[in-house]
Amino acid sequence: MIITIIRKELHMLFISPLAWLLLALVQLVLAWVFLVRLDAFLEIQSQLLQIANPPGVTEIIVTPVFAVAAIVLLMITPLLSMRLIAEERRNRTLTLLISAPVSMTDIVLGKFLGLMVFFSAIISLIIALCLSLRTGGMMDFGLLLSNTIGLLLTVASFSALGLYISSLTAQPAIAAAGTLGVLLGLWLIDLAASATQSWLHYFSLLKHFDHFNQGLIDTLSTAYFILFTVTFLVLTIRRLDGERLHG
Amino acid sequence: MLDETAALTLSAQNLTRHYGEVVAVHQFDLQLRRGEVLGLLGPNGAGKSTTLRMLTGNLAPSSGGVEICGIDLLDKPQEAKAHVGFLPEIPPLYFDMTVNEYLLLAARLHRVPKEALKAALENVKQRCGLEQHSNNLIGTLSKGYQQRVGIAQAIIHNPDVIILDEPTVGLDPNQMREIRQLIRELGTTSSVILSTHILPEVENVCDRVQIMHQGSIVFDQPMIDLRQQNTSLESVFTQLTQ
Repeated sequence: MIITIIRKELHMLFISPLAWLLLALVQLVLAWVFLVRLDAFLEIQSQLLQIANPPGVTEIIVTPVFAVAAIVLLMITPLLSMRLIAEERRNRTLTLLISAPVSMTDIVLGKFLGLMVFFSAIISLIIALCLSLRTGGMMDFGLLLSNTIGLLLTVASFSALGLYISSLTAQPAIAAAGTLGVLLGLWLIDLAASATQSWLHYFSLLKHFDHFNQGLIDTLSTAYFILFTVTFLVLTIRRLDGERLHG
Repeated sequence: MLDETAALTLSAQNLTRHYGEVVAVHQFDLQLRRGEVLGLLGPNGAGKSTTLRMLTGNLAPSSGGVEICGIDLLDKPQEAKAHVGFLPEIPPLYFDMTVNEYLLLAARLHRVPKEALKAALENVKQRCGLEQHSNNLIGTLSKGYQQRVGIAQAIIHNPDVIILDEPTVGLDPNQMREIRQLIRELGTTSSVILSTHILPEVENVCDRVQIMHQGSIVFDQPMIDLRQQNTSLESVFTQLTQ
């Protein structure tokens, strides 16, 4: 049943030009960053040879590309998540799913996983971009792996939050604005508390992604991402169930 | 004549629904047998749509229970919902899908087995007169055809209970006649609940009629009795709901 809903979500996504446009734009931005970093690397390559234990090509090019990717995905998540439930509610199509022999959990997980499949496509394109470096030399696959895992976990958190906010309203635009607001807030917490070892850091999604970005698969950060995602998925299911009970 | 021994497909006991202080539906009882077409009438705001949403699991009742083919809707919602087809007041259509895509989605959601998908799709399109529009986007169809897609969605899995909320709204007289014909056909194999404002439609199609007013049932009789008493549905309706 979840598969049916994932398929439906992907279908809905790819028949609209939005998904294709976003795929193209993300790829354009990241390819640009990639090229700029590659340029910088080639410029300083001779100097790098003179230091003992120099940073490798992965650290100089791949790490920044993933850091930018996290921010770009933060920006586009609201555009993709806004319609998930809000639009169905507005068009009264949620009734089709609820009347069908499908549990609320299946509906919410299907929608979440559908979005994650789309993001996985974007992330695999980023990986492909980075793997093109293999033609010129050796790569640090461990660092690439930790970045990939980190980005997937970060995006899962973004999506779960977007899905929840989408379930609160019948207006996709409000869902998008709300999601963007909260995600930016969670990012800015990091800047606001940058000076100190403040506990506020624990709430910043991008701060946790930083660990992965630097090649550290941190248990605390992993747990935070998973808890964040699960919490908002459960809240979404409860919200939709509550509507059936009280609405 | 209705067979009293036919299997009970839907039974609701004491369904009550509050919205805050307001009582939308009060003590709604219903026993529906296979092969029965029930007309549910009532003025606007009588609680018809709320009742239908409760019968299909879209809304939880404040108290009371629903059984569909002997399966409790609240205990085992998924098993019970598999036996129901529902066309809400506003058809739940995805305007960006073609008729085929949409109906296949509806069939998959309602657990039609993979081998049977194609046959179910062809059958339902033929029944609802949609063959010519298989690959049209739903958003580009006229209101009448959209309504047919909505009905097709509700019957594609051959449900035992079919619940149609104002299915003939926005149709032209020819289409209305076709849809009534279709409902009568459906009524031979399944139970149908038809909510409507059009009294001749009920006189035409239904075996039994219930009238709701302010959340309660105020009238429940087989059509055949009405005909024997030679009373018109309209006079009963006006008398009870004014």
